[in-house]
Amino acid sequence: MRDVFISETARLLDDNPRLALVLADISAGEGRFAQAGVDHPDRVINVGIREQLMVGVAGGLALAGLRPIAHSYAPFLVERAFEQVKLDFGHQGTSGILVSVGASYDWSEGGYTHFSPRDVALFDTIPGWTVHVPGHPDEVTGPLRAAADSDESVYIRLSNRRNAEAHASPDGKLTVLKRGGQATVVAVGPMLDNVLAATADLDVTIAYAATVRPFDTQTLRELAGTTADTIALVEPYLAGTSDHIVNAALTDRPHRLLSLGVGREDLHRFGTPDDHDSWHGLDPAGIRASLSKFLSV
Amino acid sequence: MTATFETARQLAQRTVVDPRYPINTYTLDPLWVLYDRILRIDSADPDDPNRDRFYLSKGHGPGSYYAVLAAKGFIPADWLDSVAATESPLGAHPDTTRVPGVEISAGSLGHGLPLGIGTALGLTAQGIHAPRVYVLIGDAELDEGSNHEAMAFAGAYGLGNLTTLVVDNHSATHGWPGGIASRFTAQGWTATTVGITDHDGLASALTRHTKAAPHAVIATVED
Repeated sequence: MRDVFISETARLLDDNPRLALVLADISAGEGRFAQAGVDHPDRVINVGIREQLMVGVAGGLALAGLRPIAHSYAPFLVERAFEQVKLDFGHQGTSGILVSVGASYDWSEGGYTHFSPRDVALFDTIPGWTVHVPGHPDEVTGPLRAAADSDESVYIRLSNRRNAEAHASPDGKLTVLKRGGQATVVAVGPMLDNVLAATADLDVTIAYAATVRPFDTQTLRELAGTTADTIALVEPYLAGTSDHIVNAALTDRPHRLLSLGVGREDLHRFGTPDDHDSWHGLDPAGIRASLSKFLSV
Repeated sequence: MTATFETARQLAQRTVVDPRYPINTYTLDPLWVLYDRILRIDSADPDDPNRDRFYLSKGHGPGSYYAVLAAKGFIPADWLDSVAATESPLGAHPDTTRVPGVEISAGSLGHGLPLGIGTALGLTAQGIHAPRVYVLIGDAELDEGSNHEAMAFAGAYGLGNLTTLVVDNHSATHGWPGGIASRFTAQGWTATTVGITDHDGLASALTRHTKAAPHAVIATVED
């Protein structure tokens, strides 16, 4: 996904004189954005390992009338510089694009310092952000182009984890992959293939979300209505991140909600991303076990 | 009637909400000099892309700022009589979305200089070379790490269309031994230190920049 982001952003920089890119060393090197920096020295700015400055500079570019993209590892882009994210765009009456890599535990050997399972939850604490969670490299270009052409604040959460096929709907709606009767299971981004493997023999509806803010609650309500308002959310970030949206969408109807995602614990463990899926109950066996208990099947 | 410094001083007094706590007017001098002699900003055309940008980063106690904006015709003077009232656009920190002439919403320290750097870069990237970006910070605000990220980058980059005005009223808890100017010059800035009530000195210091480096003016409050 990062390669697609880099090549597409380089093309957009060629075509759109309003677009600018701010980096903090991550992805700035050869084979990454180095050539774009040579081609557009005024609009590709690497500030060094200074994430507060990176986001602040992006905000200042927006004040000057440019369309900024800031990009780094998720914990440094979103968490380290969160006050800049909060104050340097929307509070100034401007907007920007933030694109992260690393996701919840892509670099599992790196450990907790490089894990960012709480990023999407943080965006829910400030107004106006669109959030995309692609589950396939082919799901990156569409949201990126749309973000470059818009004046919205947009967060795109890239990951090394990917599904075998792309399924995202271009309009940000849920994609229905399978119909069943016992539950509506919403798989977010890279979680889809594990959800499909976990539910192959279950009588459930499977819906796929690659855009989570705004969340397609209209389709969710329709689908839930066909599964006795029984819903399971499987998110590749902090478990329960989207509970408040599902609950708000179904305030008028009794419903049951199972929320699966990454736990809050600092496991102090390394291993592989698949290991972390397993430890957080997000591998096919873990998802299946949680669903079986939830659905009593 | 042409506004004078005395006009601005009297307007600033109108922002005092509680007479037991008179406003700190030491920022009135550099703000007045900026708006009266330095900044190319027209209150009749406040969105002109070719205007200079002034970012008040140290947004605390903005009475002097509001007074200068009123004296220069950006906001009505009667707004000054109801600062922070329920429907007042003027808060205890300025809000760019509510106050004509206010370029950034400030309050949390350490945001103005990074924003100013981004704007300075963004103007150049659009081929807009006439304006300068001026950012006012305080000596205690200089404690914020984001300012040190900004100082190091702007100096190394040679950002020639940026001026930082540091109001030094010796309020930084651990001080700046050796002075503040050396912090900037060590990182490739030019810097001038001047007394904060010396209007001619301030005007001179604020025009002593080159095109090759960012410029810092340290305006010191006498003890």
